[in-house]
Amino acid sequence: MRRFAQLMELLALTPSRNRKLEALTQYFRETPDPDRGFALAILTGALSFKNVKPAILRDVVLAEVDPHLFALSYDYVGDLGETIALIWPHHGGTEPLPSLSDLVELFNMTSKSELPRLIGSLLTRASINERWALVKFATGALRIGVNARLAKTALAEMSGKDLQEIEEVWNGLTVPYADLFAWLSGKADRPDIDHTARFHPLMLSNPIDESKDLEKLDPADFVAEWKWDGIRVQLIASQGRVSLFSRTGDDIAAAFPDVTESVFGDAVLDGELLVGADFEPLPFNDLQQRLNRKVATARHLADYPGFVRVYDMLFDGNEDIRALAWSERRQRLEAWFATHPQTRLDLSPVLAYRDWDDLAEIRRRGAAEQGHEGVMVKLRSAPYVPGRPKGLWYKWKRDPNVVDAILMYAQRGHGKRSSFYSDYTFGVWKGNEIVPIGKAYFGFTDEELKHLDKWVRNNTVASFGPVREVTKELVFEVAFDSAQQSGRHKSGIALRFPRINRIRWDKPASEAATLEEMQVFLTAT
Amino acid sequence: MASPFLDRDLYVRPIDAYIDPPVPRARAIITHGHADHARSGHGAVLATPDTIAIMKARYGEDSARQFQPLEFDTPLQVDDVTITLKPAGHILGSAQVLMEHRGQRIVVTGDYKRLPDRTAQPFELAECDLLVTEATFGLPVFQHPDPLDEIARLLRSAAAFADRAHVVGCYALGKAQRVIALLRDAGYDAPIYLHGAMIRLCELYIARGIPLGELRPTLGTGKPELAGQIVIAPPSAIKDRWSRRLPDPVLAVASGWMSVKQRARQSGVELPLVISDHADWNELRQTIAETKAGKVWVTHGREDALVYHCRQQGLEAEPLNIQAFEEGEEGEPEAQGELEE
Repeated sequence: MRRFAQLMELLALTPSRNRKLEALTQYFRETPDPDRGFALAILTGALSFKNVKPAILRDVVLAEVDPHLFALSYDYVGDLGETIALIWPHHGGTEPLPSLSDLVELFNMTSKSELPRLIGSLLTRASINERWALVKFATGALRIGVNARLAKTALAEMSGKDLQEIEEVWNGLTVPYADLFAWLSGKADRPDIDHTARFHPLMLSNPIDESKDLEKLDPADFVAEWKWDGIRVQLIASQGRVSLFSRTGDDIAAAFPDVTESVFGDAVLDGELLVGADFEPLPFNDLQQRLNRKVATARHLADYPGFVRVYDMLFDGNEDIRALAWSERRQRLEAWFATHPQTRLDLSPVLAYRDWDDLAEIRRRGAAEQGHEGVMVKLRSAPYVPGRPKGLWYKWKRDPNVVDAILMYAQRGHGKRSSFYSDYTFGVWKGNEIVPIGKAYFGFTDEELKHLDKWVRNNTVASFGPVREVTKELVFEVAFDSAQQSGRHKSGIALRFPRINRIRWDKPASEAATLEEMQVFLTAT
Repeated sequence: MASPFLDRDLYVRPIDAYIDPPVPRARAIITHGHADHARSGHGAVLATPDTIAIMKARYGEDSARQFQPLEFDTPLQVDDVTITLKPAGHILGSAQVLMEHRGQRIVVTGDYKRLPDRTAQPFELAECDLLVTEATFGLPVFQHPDPLDEIARLLRSAAAFADRAHVVGCYALGKAQRVIALLRDAGYDAPIYLHGAMIRLCELYIARGIPLGELRPTLGTGKPELAGQIVIAPPSAIKDRWSRRLPDPVLAVASGWMSVKQRARQSGVELPLVISDHADWNELRQTIAETKAGKVWVTHGREDALVYHCRQQGLEAEPLNIQAFEEGEEGEPEAQGELEE
């Protein structure tokens, strides 16, 4: 535990990415199995303890510390785990803390009623720094500026293997990753991962710049589809087993058994997860009911049946067809559907259009009459390229303008909202930095506000009077009427009439808009 | 107790004098030399000889019309008030002010700590009826660790990164000398390098009998020579252009505020050293209990929690909310607190 605590402290305090990588690499090299595997699992968010929740830790502390003093302290520190580590009043015991693997065993085996005593005794035995790391280990809420990708990059550097090779098998691995480390240290072959567990990085689109892009692009080279208002998924069906991955590679199959249990045939498909009966998509808010849940309730399955609207095919059977042109992949996809009629999968239709003006009109009518988010424009000859390649796929969103921005600061509201963090400042990427582009305080329901308020409190990194700075992780889809140049903001952009269109709990901050992309709105509006 | 002969702005009515007044006054009793307690421009100043020396060094020989030194533990009768300065253990010369008047005893602690520190006269407890205590670290999350353990972390890091300079941000008066003394006590006998702002006050400490070992100015020392060395600088300098003269510096800051890692992280501190010259939560509570004061006024810091604690103990307690006029008045109070005056 001492070594893990040192690693955690170094990761939290070293601003340099290279030094973080060095520290991780050194730790993974020096630490034996299975401890390093458990550390890796914590760093990548793959390990959690069913019974060890922040509420239990809080209760353990509140049995020893006056609740009012705890509240004042928490308000000052802003991080529950760190507050607990700092405020714990008992120190002593020379016995070292258990190893990570012993801790995992203890947390998993100890009954709910015995847990408080165990946690109390561990906190007392720990040094200050260990106490801090212990709380983070137990709750999984790290907030030390390390993400799964950095940890995997360290594994790649340590072993000389390719990061992509590691990422491909990552989802099929199990904690504490003995077979992974055996492969990385050259003692075994790459773990033989079940094909269904292998996530293939997605191909992403760029926003279209109407004033610049359209005149350069030949409409005959492209196809168009509706831009569906659900969440992007990758569906892998192989020999009767089906996996469903979100865009970040999280397996969400368990939450959508209605989809996964009805699919048959072998393929890797790319599409949009939606809810609705008979392939009639319901609003995104209804889909929201089923997201972020470990399992689906019977009522949800009945009210919001899931389906996937498929628009691409990566594997036909076991054959990797990503190198083929879109038009060939589309033929394969249609042929596959013809031989494998599905009840929870359907094809995203291709829209016929003559020229860009015609498509613009289709897009306008689709938005006005059917509420479509916009259209996707894809190059017929393009292979399936992971990442966000330029010039292959475009998204052409409906008016008003929307942008995916990252929540940066939250401020308490006024009147009946005075206890809620309801005023939000959000920003977009400028290189590696996030710069604020605006502030909004409406566009969400009261229910959503409760969730947002809770999120803000749990993810505060600093407080400045009534303002809280939060971890830059939550993405808002912000709608606005127009964007203007502004010398008053660091971003150089001011939004007119911004409102929160939707909270993108599912979207990683790394995929939010960039300031560069925002320039489109300056010219377009 | 009878109504106190001290007003809430620390005005001692029977002798027409203020304690640590933030604006120029005819008569002032000064607890210690930090700028939020000692100002220039007073008429007559009563303080310990060390504090007077510090004030003269910082603000000039004539920064008050008249200085009256008073040694520790030497009662001084002024009209019908007896004033005794008791060591506060905060920095060199820092004092608590004990005042007795018609059977009533009042102690104004100024800033204090109770951990041993050879650069300051050790804290002495004085029982009283009314205690005016500081509360810089008046939250239960502040439990200062052993400073020698923190110094050991600094020395470990200096050994591990021998090609980098370690620059320790600390306030020029008190903290700098304490950190140097702790390094010496831990057996570190290499020269320690000083930012220009540190030099005069270090010399003053040495001249007043506190050995600090070999000190060298950073100015004029070549970059390669500073690899593996320890440099002491004010916090404002460590992220300023000044630090470009140092080879790939490890930024350390010595302060009680450094216990909150999330904050250290945001301010870009790589090596937070929890070394404080203020009482932590446990010392504050211990001191309040030991003075046997029935009434407590809380000032300079996080008053809420300490007032709440006192009331839980059945004591009369109130926050004073004295306006502290900080030097420069820049930035938010939070950031100024980091200087830990």
